[in-house]
Amino acid sequence: METKIIFYIVSLVILGAALFSVITSKVLHAAVFLLFSLLGIAGIYFMLDYEFIAAVQISVYVGGIVVLVIFSVFLTQEAGEHMQLPKIGRALATAGILGITGWYLIQTIAGFSFKHSAEIAIAPTMKTIGSQLLDTNKFGFIIPFEGVSFLLLAALIGCIVIALKPTKKI
Amino acid sequence: MSAIGLNDILLLSGLLFIIGIYGFLTRRNLITMLMSIELILNSVNLNFVAFNKYLHPNNLDGLFFTLFIITIAAAEAAVAIAIIINLYRQTKSVDVNDGNSMHY
Repeated sequence: METKIIFYIVSLVILGAALFSVITSKVLHAAVFLLFSLLGIAGIYFMLDYEFIAAVQISVYVGGIVVLVIFSVFLTQEAGEHMQLPKIGRALATAGILGITGWYLIQTIAGFSFKHSAEIAIAPTMKTIGSQLLDTNKFGFIIPFEGVSFLLLAALIGCIVIALKPTKKI
Repeated sequence: MSAIGLNDILLLSGLLFIIGIYGFLTRRNLITMLMSIELILNSVNLNFVAFNKYLHPNNLDGLFFTLFIITIAAAEAAVAIAIIINLYRQTKSVDVNDGNSMHY
């Protein structure tokens, strides 16, 4: 019972922070609310016993992406500046359509009963994850791993080339 | 029924997805649109982990999907912010309506 109460509190924090991040008129406030939402999702991963994913979530999203977003806010605009809020008609129309979609989604999910698996669970420890990630056999993930490493190298070089200040003499 | 069920997590991720879509459709600032995309990707990650834990606990495929999604989201955010900074140098604005230099 306590687990469920903690889960509801954490999900309330996640949804509230996400909502404020989406409707606030200051960019820096939006980034800070996004930070709390991502931290709450890391908490959900901890509650599901996926500690490695939770650690990756904290180090990559909270430590990397949010810091990058805050830096870009400082580079591109005044931190306390108010953004132009959306036109009231557009906001209401979007909220209406998404409200209908969300209501249907809630009805469908709440009325559906999944058959939980009875198979023996593999504990997602660091050892299992590491050995399966670098495995070359049938269920190994070595090819996507190498592909992602190549993609990260390409993204690194691409970022430097795109954001480089253009020189006068070409 | 004291533990967290699959339906609870699916409700949470569905609502998070709806909020992200709302932000993506109503915002006109490129940085906040990028933040909405991060919210959407996080809800997808939550779904993958929940399905892995409750429906297929005998393998770890959902966990690896989540790992790769997080990695690619980081690369995507870095490239997007580089493009936004370059656009800001040319137009002095991060509004989507001002980025029309490729318009004929």
